[in-house]
Amino acid sequence: MIDHIPVSWYLTLSAVLFGLGVAGFIYRKSVITVFMSIELMLNAVNLSFVTFSYQNRNIDGHIYSFFVMVVAAAEAAVGLAIILTIFKNRGTLQIDDIDSMKL
Amino acid sequence: MDSILFIIAAVAAIGCGLNLVLQKHPISSALSLIGVMSSLALLYLLLGAEFIAMAQMIVYGGAVMVLFIFVIMLLNAGTEKRSDKSLFAQIAGFPLLAVLVVLLAFLIRETQFPSKVSDVKFGSWVGGTAEAIGMRLFSQFLLPFEVVSVLILIAILGAVVLARKEID
Amino acid sequence: MTFFLIITLVKIAIVFAVFMTTLAYLQWVERKVLAHIQSRTGPLRVGPHGLLQPLADVFKLLTKEDLMPPHASKFFYLLAPFVAVSLALVSISIMPFGPKVPVPGGSTFMEIADLNVGILFILAVGAISVYGIALAGWSSNNKYSLMGGLRSSAQMISYELPFTLVIVSPLLLANHLSFRGIVESQAGYYFNAIPRWSIFQMPFPQILGFVIFMIAGFAETNRIPFDLPEAENELVAGFHTEYSSMKFACFFMAEYANMVTISCVATLLFLGGWHPLFPAPYSDWVPTGVFVLAALLLFAQTVKIGRKWDHITFPIFGFAALGLALLFAIPFLQTYLVPIFWFAAKAGFILFVYIWIRGTLPRFRYDQLMHFAWTFLFPCALVNLLLTALMVALFPDQK
Repeated sequence: MIDHIPVSWYLTLSAVLFGLGVAGFIYRKSVITVFMSIELMLNAVNLSFVTFSYQNRNIDGHIYSFFVMVVAAAEAAVGLAIILTIFKNRGTLQIDDIDSMKL
Repeated sequence: MDSILFIIAAVAAIGCGLNLVLQKHPISSALSLIGVMSSLALLYLLLGAEFIAMAQMIVYGGAVMVLFIFVIMLLNAGTEKRSDKSLFAQIAGFPLLAVLVVLLAFLIRETQFPSKVSDVKFGSWVGGTAEAIGMRLFSQFLLPFEVVSVLILIAILGAVVLARKEID
Repeated sequence: MTFFLIITLVKIAIVFAVFMTTLAYLQWVERKVLAHIQSRTGPLRVGPHGLLQPLADVFKLLTKEDLMPPHASKFFYLLAPFVAVSLALVSISIMPFGPKVPVPGGSTFMEIADLNVGILFILAVGAISVYGIALAGWSSNNKYSLMGGLRSSAQMISYELPFTLVIVSPLLLANHLSFRGIVESQAGYYFNAIPRWSIFQMPFPQILGFVIFMIAGFAETNRIPFDLPEAENELVAGFHTEYSSMKFACFFMAEYANMVTISCVATLLFLGGWHPLFPAPYSDWVPTGVFVLAALLLFAQTVKIGRKWDHITFPIFGFAALGLALLFAIPFLQTYLVPIFWFAAKAGFILFVYIWIRGTLPRFRYDQLMHFAWTFLFPCALVNLLLTALMVALFPDQK
């Protein structure tokens, strides 16, 4: 069994998760799932920050990751409120049907 | 031992990520995202970031995803319908995305990082304590901390205003 | 390494066995205490004084029909009780029950594991356990379940705010996030008489914090007076309407396990953990004294009691109490058993308060409940935190 995991594996995992987030963003048709793919991208970046913080033995990466978490939470709150309003006004959650500014 | 945990957490994270992209019902996607966040919390613990791991579970897994699940249940979001619009994005997008990820992996492999640390060994860095984060957060990062608290206040106000019932 | 493995496995076995027995008999204690509050006797027939009632209940729940409602989402319907019960049972693994004790082969702490961020772990587990209830309510394909599940989840996440804020205040006094560090900072006595528990600790005694913690704890575990989402005469049975047999037993067990967790956390944070009420040489004889008193009471009651069976069972209980008193008097075992006695006495007192309030108070209406959380309890917890921080900053060395 491998003895120790190289740091580059963590960074590669972060890149793969980011790619999966972008794939979900392109492919999915429901607003909520698109929003969840954005959260997946933010999580992948958090992993990257924490890995670099470990590599350089510096706690600043954790602080950036903390701020990313807080901003993502605030964004999720406002974004979901917007999704509720969209549903109330247009009755649908498929992004292909929400394609004009007029109701 | 920590290599086994890394393999398990990484496979779980990628599996749940794939599940998020491929599942039809939003609730399954939401639960897969919770799975991703839990495996990432385990990875943070392996990297010695104990406070960030717990904060990840409390903030993301306990608050943000609960919000998502509430909205999905309240709006009764059903399974998605297939659509033929934006077919170009799907056909051209995935190969380009694969190219991007491979490019990122290649760059990661080839970069000479200035640090001497090249292996992740559980317990070799115990500096991720709450005390260390607190000392740095309230001395050097005090301004972003205060600004982010105003940001949260704005977000609360925005969410309350957007989501309340109209009084006619 | 092997010593660590063996001793940890032994500790896990002991804690698991004691915890499961406590959960089963907590239900018996609740039914008896509620019954006596309401002037009746409670379970009496299955075994002496209903002591085998939990066993009968387990049989009943195991042999009931295990149905699945039509058109329910099968995966989530089966996942929800699993999530609820596994998260409820995991919190006991980081609670310390006593100081460092010698064991054959070395010495060990009386806990399974001690995390550096123990209190955050409890908060994280509490935050995730909302999913068990939300998924149970949603996946049952039943309007009452959905309403009950959503209301219950909204109540739990609303009361997480005062819960979290009021936990920070004793942490300011204790300066540790790990449970062992918090309890160690509550050792010692003021003037050799008053213990230095968090509710008595000097820059700011956490009495208001303890009261807010108990109120938020009641709401987190969905107990009266905050149990509208699962009350029988309100929403049929709330989120667990469509569950039967073993899955219902899982939710049931999860509720009692949450109660025990909150009581243990309150004991460790506010009531000083395993530290006794008065200084050491005298307080080691308190368990013996308590059990001798119990035995004397039982022997005295055999003469007066009316039921025929009790002329036989009460003396047996009396001798059992005397046996326990003798066990607590052996000096060799006192290092292990006395801290556990004090911890169990304090946690047991808080569990008794849970059951007492269930028998005494009516329940809140749902909008009153949410209004209370957001407009009263959350500002109170904030004020408690600000006052504690102010006092700690003004008198930093007066602890």
